[in-house]
Amino acid sequence: MKHLLAAADLTREDATGILDNADRFREALLGREVKKLPTLRGRTIITMFYENSTRTRVSFEVAGKWMSADVINVSSSGSSVSKGESLRDTALTLRAAGADALIVRHPASGAAQQLAQWTLDEDGGPSVINAGDGTHEHPTQALLDALTIRQRLGGVEGKRVVIVGDVLHSRVARSNVALLHTLGAEVVLVAPPTLLPVGVEGWPVTVSNDLDAELPLADAVLMLRVQAERMNGGFFPSSREYSVRYGLSEKRQVQLADHAVVLHPGPMLRGMEIAYSVADSSQSAVLQQVSNGVHIRMAVLFQLLVGSEEGAISA
Amino acid sequence: MGSPDPAGSDAGATDRELMSAADVSRTIARIAHQIIEKTALDGPDGPRVVLLGIPTRGVTLATRLARNIAEFSGAEVAHGALDITLYRDDLMSKPPRALAATSIPEGGIDGALVVLVDDVLYSGRSVRSALDALRDLGRPRAVQLAVLVDRGHRELPIRADYVGKNVPTSRAENVKVRLTENDGHDGVRIAPYGGPAR
Repeated sequence: MKHLLAAADLTREDATGILDNADRFREALLGREVKKLPTLRGRTIITMFYENSTRTRVSFEVAGKWMSADVINVSSSGSSVSKGESLRDTALTLRAAGADALIVRHPASGAAQQLAQWTLDEDGGPSVINAGDGTHEHPTQALLDALTIRQRLGGVEGKRVVIVGDVLHSRVARSNVALLHTLGAEVVLVAPPTLLPVGVEGWPVTVSNDLDAELPLADAVLMLRVQAERMNGGFFPSSREYSVRYGLSEKRQVQLADHAVVLHPGPMLRGMEIAYSVADSSQSAVLQQVSNGVHIRMAVLFQLLVGSEEGAISA
Repeated sequence: MGSPDPAGSDAGATDRELMSAADVSRTIARIAHQIIEKTALDGPDGPRVVLLGIPTRGVTLATRLARNIAEFSGAEVAHGALDITLYRDDLMSKPPRALAATSIPEGGIDGALVVLVDDVLYSGRSVRSALDALRDLGRPRAVQLAVLVDRGHRELPIRADYVGKNVPTSRAENVKVRLTENDGHDGVRIAPYGGPAR
């Protein structure tokens, strides 16, 4: 595996291998004073974030640093991007500066794929990791969600995962649908009709707009953030109405099975899609998701940056 | 492992048994006795001994050694697993591998006498990686090494404190340790080589 551009590209073996290794990284670092592995010494990882991020950028940086890679962060403000440099020129510059991996977040869908093509050279060019491209994909988020579900429920296969909210603008939803389907979970989307993408009937999911009917059957509920920054029209009448119909309130939480787990990719809009008390309850795995995010990104960097070119995971 | 064995029975002349199942258990018992004697772990001021196996079969050996030591001396010794994949010096030239579990016994390794356990001692590179990994985990009082088979061809200044069997080998040969817990039966064979050693 050279790049990680989309969760949809992962086979079941690829994905399971990454999840297994992420668990191993967690064990390897458990209770250690020195959180440092020599594995990626001398490797240079450059993150290119053209959109704001806390969790994803920090966890990639922590993952790289814990594996002894040199991690350099480039953001659109504070770099030549603000002077009008194109994505392609910036990427070629960073390749020339010696990047072994480029981790990119960009508002345009397909940006990571483009970057991988642009930076290809006779030696193969840097590995490109998609850290979120527009409304397309965010594969490491789907991997960490799957890992969290696996840890909490003992497995992913056959589990019923309900994804709630702004599916239309959500790359997290797209990546999760692809990966959960690959791993054999049953996916249900609950969203207002205006926030469902065109062509959703072709996805391997069932669609509903009745959250109350779906909650009692769910093994995991993934709440999506309402992405106001990507909305340029009236998708629902008011925040309050959205919250009443699609928010995970304390009252609704009662309908969940005891074993069910609540996930949110963050950042959470408390009081909008998820109530304060629900986000902080023991059923919520929000912070476990963040820790898993570091371990998943370590496993992904290990998979892409270690070893010779044609390397599948082998025992 | 899934590695094909095309030579099969035709190569019988070069594929031979080094240790039978009985040899393996007798040898593990002998190493257990040597560890008890050399570390004086059953004495009044005996050190805290931690056996750390290097996956895969070193972990099994460490477990069996701990069982034998408890049986022979009455002293319980902690045992665990130390995966060295992330510390290997050949990571960049081999395809990525699945990691194995690491489990450090409660109490850690600080101040303990750590005995690293592996099945075959060859180049010494695995042991060096294990020493590097140990350094990140704590500061043992001392580190010793126990191996079931020492096949020579060291590439680093490393030697074992406890050796089950010394076997002169050629680099073109492969020493295969098989243990019941991993492979369904005990035994050590030597055979013409299919690929580079671990």
